[in-house]
Amino acid sequence: MLDKSIVGRQYAPFSVEVEKGRLRAFAKAIGETNPLYLDENAARAAGYRSLLAPPSFGWAIIMEADQGFSVLTDCGIDKARTVHGEQGFVYHNEICAGDVVNGRQTVVDYVEKKGGLLQIITTEIPLVHQDGRPLCDLRSVIVVRNG
Amino acid sequence: MTVRFNDLEVGSTIPERVMPPLARVQIAMYAGASGDFNPIHIDDEQARSNGLPGIIAHGMLPMAFLGRLLTDWVPQRSIRKFSARFTAMAFPGDSITCRGRVTAKSDSPAGKLVELELSAVNQKGEPILAGSAHVVLD
Repeated sequence: MLDKSIVGRQYAPFSVEVEKGRLRAFAKAIGETNPLYLDENAARAAGYRSLLAPPSFGWAIIMEADQGFSVLTDCGIDKARTVHGEQGFVYHNEICAGDVVNGRQTVVDYVEKKGGLLQIITTEIPLVHQDGRPLCDLRSVIVVRNG
Repeated sequence: MTVRFNDLEVGSTIPERVMPPLARVQIAMYAGASGDFNPIHIDDEQARSNGLPGIIAHGMLPMAFLGRLLTDWVPQRSIRKFSARFTAMAFPGDSITCRGRVTAKSDSPAGKLVELELSAVNQKGEPILAGSAHVVLD
């Protein structure tokens, strides 16, 4: 059942280690050629502690933590009826290989449009380095299509 | 060349980027690297049973192209906010063009802030993503 009462719901805290191989695979998949994302020596020479994660990598951390569809599983909604409507990132500090990233997802908004034909769920996940530094806040909008 | 706050005006544009046509292999690589194995991105048959003509790209893949537009233009550290609304699906073979334009400049507590409007359009000119970003420059 999906209604306004889901606002405020929180899912299990998670922790993900950002691996070098994963970052390189991600960089190659998006066609990246900048050595900061592919060559650890180049990243260190530029002042980063290791390979740098591209700006949209936070979503891959969410997927690795199995948090991409938590709200859908929780509410018994078929993933195939949903689309990713919007994705936002607010950056505090860069994410690099070797970082252990902690987070927890909260449902922050729920609205219905077109008389309930569209149900729109917004969640937020602040990503925090294990040393306590804020890294990046994600805001995701999932649209459920009915009928 | 370093992009500076004073070099930009409202209406200034980021050099446009035309991405190579989306290959099925690239979509598969993105599924693996991002960990998003929703079958509509992988399996034509399952995509069709969900009313699609075949597999579609993850919306986050063209969003990553917009990210490259930004990080090729300014250091990643300068980017404070980045968001996108997914307005249409991207299919294998689509050639996506990424664009950015300055919409506002201001002195903010975080520094000299430049607000940008971003877009990704397919080869027919249809918008795939409508995005925005905040960057702080010297």
